[in-house]
Amino acid sequence: MHELSITESVLEIACKHAEKAQANRVTDIYLVIGRLSSIVDDSVAFYWDIIAKDTLCEGAQLHFKRLPAELICLDCNHQYQLDDELMPCTHCGSPRIRVLSGDEFHLESIEIQR
Amino acid sequence: MTEKRITIVEKILDANDRLANENRQRFDQAQIYAINLMASPGAGKTSFILATINALLDDNVQIGVIEGDTAPVTLDADKILAAGMPAVQINSGGNCHLDAVMIESALDQLPLETLDLVIVENIGNLICPAAFNLGTHSNVLIASVPEGDDKPYKYPNIYRGLDVLIINKIDLLPYLDFDMDYFRQGVEMLNPGLKTFVVSSKTGEGLEEWLVWLKSKFTTR
Repeated sequence: MHELSITESVLEIACKHAEKAQANRVTDIYLVIGRLSSIVDDSVAFYWDIIAKDTLCEGAQLHFKRLPAELICLDCNHQYQLDDELMPCTHCGSPRIRVLSGDEFHLESIEIQR
Repeated sequence: MTEKRITIVEKILDANDRLANENRQRFDQAQIYAINLMASPGAGKTSFILATINALLDDNVQIGVIEGDTAPVTLDADKILAAGMPAVQINSGGNCHLDAVMIESALDQLPLETLDLVIVENIGNLICPAAFNLGTHSNVLIASVPEGDDKPYKYPNIYRGLDVLIINKIDLLPYLDFDMDYFRQGVEMLNPGLKTFVVSSKTGEGLEEWLVWLKSKFTTR
């Protein structure tokens, strides 16, 4: 449900940069989303079509780059990726793990026409 | 007509984070310690806040409460007001979380200069509130044992951003198949060494340790 507020932020950031670059329109938007950011692509895309209407971003294509969540075991230093469920170390079974990445959530770039 | 790629790399919640910083400054200027209290619906957020208010009455601690609710009801705020503390009800209009803007407007309605502590009762939800910084000093989650011992595994994000975990309703443990070791192992994987209090708001068990921790965070006026 919080995809609506998030989609509004995406629009705001994209329009701000497009105006600064004196764009006539934005054609593509590239988003980076870590596995641990609970964002549903389809919901963002759904809201996008509605809220981007009548803005510089109307009709812009959204591209989602998904990054995996990386974990490291503190006992054996094994690095592994989070699948569907949180798992102890897949090498030695230790629960002493740390999350290294997967929280990413940013607007990477836009493509514009002018 | 030319086409051009513009590199931006801007955090999508940057605007919220900036506003959260402003909220933090307002808390700090007023010398208030602020807590973002999160939980699933029915975990006992309001009764935990009431138990905290009542336990601190004798210490003359002034607590302001910001109540987030998704529907336009004032049930929770009314309970806080009945306990003698100022409360502001935010109706998030169907939204699933509170954000920094909502807190900013709520702060305008609280007598900040008289308060020692502000507790924000977030919307009952284990997903969305984790993503929005409010500007409070600590994130506290209430996990109640009837919810089940698998919650850290299913909702890892909210556990990762926590400063304090309250395990509530432990008076119900004899009636539930809640594996405390399994639950706490999940928490440990996500947030090693997380400060945890095991309590029952109903019986008062374990609340004393929570209150000692809380009282160490502010000085009364």
